[in-house]
Parts: sequence; C-alpha cells; structure tokens
Amino acid sequence: MSMWNRIRNVFRREALAREIEEELADHRAHGGRVERPLHIAEESRDIRLAPWLDAVASDVVFGWRQLRKNRAVTAAAVVSLALAIGSATSAFRLIDALLLRPLPVANPSDLYVIATEFTDQHTKTKDWDDSSSYPMFREMRDAVKDQAKVMALGYGGNRQDITFGADTDMEKASKQYVSGDVFLIFGLKPALGRLLTPADDLKPGARPVAVISYDYWTRRFGRDPQVIGKTFREGGTVLYEIVGVVQEGFTGTETGSTTDYFVPTMQNARAIEERQWSWFRPWISVPEESRLVVKEKLRAAIANHRKELMRSLPEHFLKSIPNFDKPVVELLPATAGVSGMQRDFRRPLLILGGVILLVLFIACANVANLMTAQAAARAREMALRVSIGAGRWRLIQLVLIESAMVAVLATILGGLFAWWSAPFVAGLINPPDNPVRLVLPADWRVLGFASGLALLVSILFGLTPAWKASSVKPSAALKGGDDPQARRRLMNALVAAQVAFCFLVHLGAGLFVATFDRLSNQPVGFDPSGVLTLDLDVRGREGTWAEWNEVAEAIRARSGVESATIAGWPLMSGNLRSASASVNGLHLHPLPYFLEIAPGWFSTMRIPLIEGRDFRPGERFPNVAIVNETFVTKTFGSGNPVGKSIEIEVPRNKTGRALIVGVARDARYRNLRETIQPTVYVPLESDKAGKSWGSLIVRTNFAKPESLATDLRATVNRTRSDFRVSNTATQLEHVRKHTIRERLLAMLSLFFAVVALILAAVGLYGVLNYSVIQRRREIGIRMALGAQPADVVRKVTQEVFAMLILGAGLGLALGLASERYVETLLFQVKATDLRVLLTPAVTLAVAAIFAALPPTLRAVRIDPAEALRSE
Amino acid sequence: MPKPDSLLGSLDLLVLKLLARRDSTSAQAEGRCARFQGMHGYAIMTAIREMSDEVLDVEEGSLYPALHRMEEAGWLKAEWTVRDNGRRSRVYQITAAGRKQLGHAETRWQAVTAAVNRILKMA
Repeated sequence: MSMWNRIRNVFRREALAREIEEELADHRAHGGRVERPLHIAEESRDIRLAPWLDAVASDVVFGWRQLRKNRAVTAAAVVSLALAIGSATSAFRLIDALLLRPLPVANPSDLYVIATEFTDQHTKTKDWDDSSSYPMFREMRDAVKDQAKVMALGYGGNRQDITFGADTDMEKASKQYVSGDVFLIFGLKPALGRLLTPADDLKPGARPVAVISYDYWTRRFGRDPQVIGKTFREGGTVLYEIVGVVQEGFTGTETGSTTDYFVPTMQNARAIEERQWSWFRPWISVPEESRLVVKEKLRAAIANHRKELMRSLPEHFLKSIPNFDKPVVELLPATAGVSGMQRDFRRPLLILGGVILLVLFIACANVANLMTAQAAARAREMALRVSIGAGRWRLIQLVLIESAMVAVLATILGGLFAWWSAPFVAGLINPPDNPVRLVLPADWRVLGFASGLALLVSILFGLTPAWKASSVKPSAALKGGDDPQARRRLMNALVAAQVAFCFLVHLGAGLFVATFDRLSNQPVGFDPSGVLTLDLDVRGREGTWAEWNEVAEAIRARSGVESATIAGWPLMSGNLRSASASVNGLHLHPLPYFLEIAPGWFSTMRIPLIEGRDFRPGERFPNVAIVNETFVTKTFGSGNPVGKSIEIEVPRNKTGRALIVGVARDARYRNLRETIQPTVYVPLESDKAGKSWGSLIVRTNFAKPESLATDLRATVNRTRSDFRVSNTATQLEHVRKHTIRERLLAMLSLFFAVVALILAAVGLYGVLNYSVIQRRREIGIRMALGAQPADVVRKVTQEVFAMLILGAGLGLALGLASERYVETLLFQVKATDLRVLLTPAVTLAVAAIFAALPPTLRAVRIDPAEALRSE
Repeated sequence: MPKPDSLLGSLDLLVLKLLARRDSTSAQAEGRCARFQGMHGYAIMTAIREMSDEVLDVEEGSLYPALHRMEEAGWLKAEWTVRDNGRRSRVYQITAAGRKQLGHAETRWQAVTAAVNRILKMA
C-alpha cells in the first residue's frame, strides 16, 4: 500500500510539492516560523515517493526531450528498427504457426509420424515416406499395442465437393480421414454432439458419420445447434450424417490447411484391404521412455509386411528398390502437425528468418552508430553530469532509457507492420484452388517474442553508447579534447559488420532471384497461354466414351474455343503416373511417366510431333503409344522408332504390347526442376466401358481463358447433367504453381536486400558525416597548409572505404560458407557465378558512393578560415 | 542531515503519544459524531512545548519530515481539513499500527530512562 503510494507520488510530483508547500504555509499562518523550507520540502519529498522510480521518470522525460530535439535521427532510428523488428515478428509468426506451435491436443510432445526412408528414383535424393496402406497400419498397430497407440490420419486439405441439398448446389469442404481412436487419444472434447469413436471405425463403409470442426460450424452454419443430424452428400455418392462438432481450435493435423469434416477411415472402404494403396499418414503417440523399443518393433513389423508384399510385386520393380525388405524407420516429431507445406516451406522460412536476423543486426548497428555519434555530441553534457556528482550507473541508465524508448516506439510501429505483413506473406503462398489457411493468432507467444526482441535490441544498440557515455572523463571532455579516434574505431567496426551482412543478404537475394528467373523461364515444351482445364466427375458411375466425346464436342462448339480435347489430367497439375515399360525385354529404369490422352491433345497443347502421327479416333489402350524424345534417346538411341513396339503395364500386373505411332517433342509433366523423363502417351479410350473422371483441355483465343470458365461449366452441365465440373484452372496456373516457393523467396529476399542496402547506406552516411564534423578543424588546417580537395576526399573516405572492402570480403566468405544451406532451393545457379558475385559488389559500391557524396562535399567545402576561427 | 534536537530521539514517541491521547479524549468528549479528530503540525509543536513547560522545543525541520515518515510507515494517517478562513490544514491521526508502535516505544523509553536514572543515582 505504502509502496504503491510512493510509486503513485512519482507521477504527481508537482501536486506533492504543492501539498508540502501548503502544509508549511499553514504552519506559518498559525504563527510558526519555518526555517530552511526547501530543505524540509526536499526531505519530505524523498520520504513520500520512490526515489529510484523518480530518477527513471525524470530520465524518461529528459530522454523524450532529447529524442524530440533530434527528430531526424530519431525518426531514422525508429523507422529502421521498426522495419527490422516488424519483419522479424512477422517471420516469427509464420515460423511459429507453421513449424513450432503445438497442436491443441492433450499430449502433443508424444506425437510422431512413422516414416521410412526412400530414394526418389528420378532425383536420386533420399527422403522420408510418411504414408501407409491400411493393412500395414493394422500390422504396426498390433505390433506395439501394449506400449503405444498407432493412429491413421488422412492427408488434410483434401477438398471435396459436397452438398447439403440438391446436387446443383455443390460446395467445397475439406475432409480428413481419422481412425476411430484419434479423438480419444488426442483428448479432444465435443463442442456439440459426440466425437468419432472406435465403434464408428470397425467395418468398411458401415457407419457414414462425420464430425465437423468448430471453425466450419461457425463459418458454414453460424453455430446452429440444429446441425447435429444434418446429412450431406459427398461426390454425389456417400451420404454422411453429422454427429458432432469438435472443440474449438482443433482444425486437423495438416498445418497450413484446415479440415472441415472428419470421417472414419473405414469410409474409404475400397482401400481397406489394398496393400499397395498408401493413402494416409501413420501417427503414433508414444511416451519418451519407450520410444526406442517401439521404433524397433515398428521396424520389424514393416520389414515383415514388405516381405509379404514382395511376393506379389514384379521382379523388375523390386530390382529398382534394393533393400526393400530392410527398411530404415524413423519417428518424425509431429508436435506441430505434419503437412506438405511444412516440408516445402520449412527451409525457405528459416532462411528468411536468418536474412531478417541479419537485417535486424544491420539496423541495430545503424542505430548504435547514430546514438554513438549523438553521444559524442553530448560528451560535454555527460561530463557536466559527472562533475556534479552523477555516478556511472546513473549515466548508463540515462542512455539505456533513451535506447529503450527508441526500441519501444519501434516495436509498436513494427508490431503494426507485422500485423499486416504475416497474413500478406501467407497469402502469397496460395496455390490455386487450395487456399492456405494458417492459424495466425497474435497471442502471448508473439507478444513475448516482440517484446523480448525489443529488450534485446535496445540492449544491443544501447549498451555501447551507454558504456562510452559513462566512461567520459570530465576534465578532458570539458576542455573539448576527448580521444575521438576510439569512438571512430568502434563506428568503423560496425560499418564493416553492416557491409558484411548487407553483402550476404544481397548475395542470397541474387541467388534466389536468379533461381526464380531461370526456373520460370525454363521451357515447358507446350504453350500454356490461353488454355483452360476443367476437371470432370461423372456422378456415381463411369461415363461412356461416347458421352465423354459428346461433352468435348459441345465445348468445341462454344464461341471463343479454338480446340478441346480430353486427358487423364492436365500437365503439371500435380498428378503423375509412372509405370513399368520395356523395350525388347529390357525394363526402363527409373520407371517412365504415363499420360492418357484423346486425339487432338498434341495440337491443343501445341506440342509438335517430330515423327509419325497423332492418335486416331477409335484407337484404344494399350494397342498404340506415342513417346517423347527422351524416351527415344534413352531406349532406341537414335533412329526412327515409329513402327517398333513396347511392352507396357496394364491393370492387374499384366503387360500389353503397344505400337509406337509417333514421337513428340519433350514437354514438362511433373515440375520445372527435374530433367525431362521418358514419357509414354497412351489413348484415353480402353476396353473398359468408360471413365468416371478426367480433364477437358480447352484452347481458347482469350488472353484470360478463365473468363470462359462459367460458360463452359454450364455447357458441360447442359450437355450431360451427370457430368460435373469439379474444378477449373488455367494451364498457366498449373505451371506457376511450381514457382510459388521460388517467387516468394525471390520477392522477400529482394525486399530485404533493398532494406538492408538503405540501412547500410544511412549508416555509412552517418559515420562519414560524423567524422567530417569531428575533423573539421583538422581538415581546415590541412587545407590552409595547401591540401588539395582530392587529398581531403581521400583523407575523409579512405578509412570508411577500407571498411567497405573488408566488410564485402567478410560477407563474401560468409556467403560461400553458407551456400550449402540454401543449395537445395537453388536452380542452375551457384554462389561462385561471377554475375551473382558482381551484382552485390556493384550495388554496394554505388550505394556507398551515393552515401559518401554529401559528407565528402561538405568536407571539401570547409572554409579553413572559418573552421579555425571557431573554438 | 537534520541537526540533533533536544528531544534525544524521542520525537516519534511524543507525537504518537499526543495523538493517541488526543484521539481518545476527544472521542470520549464529543461522542460518536467525532468523525476525524487529529492535530496539525503547528498544534503538535505547540502542545509539546506547552506540556513540557517550554523545556522541549521541536523544530519544523525535524517535525514535518518525521510526520511524513511516520505517515509512510503507516503509523499515522493524514487528511486535509478546510478551516473557517478557507485555508486547508493537514491533520494527523494515529492508526492501529501507530498505537502498537507507541506501545513498543513507550516500554522501551521507560526501560531506558529507568536504567539511565539508576546509573545516575548509583554513581
């Protein structure tokens, strides 16, 4: 109570003084004398308030006055720090949301995903496969059932077409398969109704029940309690009944996308007994102490499962995967959920975090330099304070409080910046059709990070000036003869560090921009502009070939459509089929890619045929095939393969003979990075009755083909009412999807490179300007003695430019040393490329010249007579 | 530093005692309508001087800081009262904690003076 009073009194100092004054006046009015009233007042004041806080308060007031006096410097410091702190907080928000934040479940640190090592045959890189088939899941679950719980969790962000009413009112919602005990093990509670239980997950297809997320309940139903018992139809077939809403905050385990409804794994009825169909991630909840034992048991179970599996696999397939029955098994931490987005963006985000940290250091060095220069200007004030009895700690406190005020202002500004920029960056990652939904709360974690950063930063840039200020020697300073060299040495070191970091940031930005540039200018082998793709579903059955052709024909008749054809799926859409093929009994390894296409596909995609001809209407799988150039060079070497035949895989592990009727120019199928793989194009039509899904590929004469989407969608519906367009996209979007990550890295690293450059230039300017002001007299004397302007320029700039070269060298060394951390993200570019190295060097040199120009001119224009007269 | 006064460190004791007495007597005299009775600084000073037959003299330089210190310690509470001429007086009153402190200080004073007197008589 009393302490509180004393703290409160600090902020009513004036009132307190008046009270004491009034009490003494009252004393006089009664007839008393008051001797030494000021002494009494001061003594009473110190008793009635907290003196330490009083000192802080007066420092704050004084500091504020100082900051306002040097508005330009303060603004420069605050803005540069705000930019850095804001970026850092924003990066932290993204990293935290994607990689760190634990799932809102009972025991997140016990959660792992069971993964096996595999080698990608095409890229030859090792990676973890975290998918599983249902039979394998069952075996793993039984193998460790006494020590751990194995769960099946489907891939999230699995967008489905569902309807709550008529089939014409389809809407998108994302589904996740979960085994029956998932909610139980996660310790989740229903917000309404009930959750899924093991009893829901016993027999394939038995219980079509769904639990929806709280988020979906809010978004779609406005938290209507009547939602329980509602039914919806998925993909035109399965009818699900909603039995519950899961508690708020849990939106699935696929970090980066949210799940709208959860259904039992048994609802994927066809997959339950399929040993070769991996369609979910096997999760495990295992306490720390039994992890090693459990891992070994899992390894044995997987090895066993694979031995069984090997009996049914063709020999050439097994040859391509050595040690298939000796798997390397790992438990990958899944505390923060598991997603493809984490896999793709972990490294880019961490790299960006590193870049931002460098920018933060640059900003700190900058502010430290500005403050040091200011402290130098205030040396006399400090000396005066020391002479009248201020202690060293008192001075450190004074300067640190000033830095803290700058940091607090910068943090507030930076916080606003982060508020806006984190969702903005998350928005940039959006692939078409599947929006990224990253939970980005601004909670105590973010707040703690930002304020921790502010504290660290203010100490980082405030401590040196504070220490310097406190060590002032009054006798020397008041005479005006401090040792100026010492201060400049520190500032020069900071400039060198700044330049080094700046060089590093620029080198990185150069690499990422070059990567993006090369990747997006990578020839794709087809002409994507003007092409629209429509994914089609036939409701509950297979559409006959005649019906598919009827739909394609109706599309061709629309105005604006140049040509239209059918394919299994669009190129570069993420879909891929690789299967075995052999020429003269020799199997291709790695397995070639396959794509089903209808006649006219090559002309629609504008892929030239260099030999032979296109498919003709009525030609069927597997009788004929068209191969790409790479296929020819890999198998036949040279020469015309038209008329030769290849053995290709047909359903049920059998083979069929296909006659090569044409050779097509290479076109990109999977992504932009890999070298083009042997590809076999086969006819869409086969001996089967028809097809239940596929894609229409439409070439329009519109620059923006998406404007035709609504019209074509309606045309499909009109032509055959049970053919439904589930998704439309432009071919360009399919291509651009493969450069999203590179574009993000290039854009952000370029942005930070510009920020770093501006900061470094401001820092350089500040230091040079300070040194010119400080050496005014010296320069004046030199000029009076006959120094030429060129001499003065050299004298003023040589020190700083030496630092510049030192810093650039340091940055180069750092850059070459850290290249291997970013290597996997680069494409056809290396840090040792001359152009990549030259760009930051030239940019920095130009920026340095511009920054150095004003202070140098100032030095040259010094009038010796005037400079010598002052002081 | 305040210069040593003639009270030999007994200022706190005297102030507390005065306020304690004043409090109880006035409460008895004026009944329950006495909401807040206390003394202002000048009154305390005068009371000490008069009751000690002008032997003890408190200086303002010691009195006011002492009052403020005891207020901070929670032994006294202060309130502004408006007098007839419109001026305000800061009036002090003893608290429960103050009474407790008074008890300690009084016992100690008695013990010390008794001991000092014994020595003076015996020596």
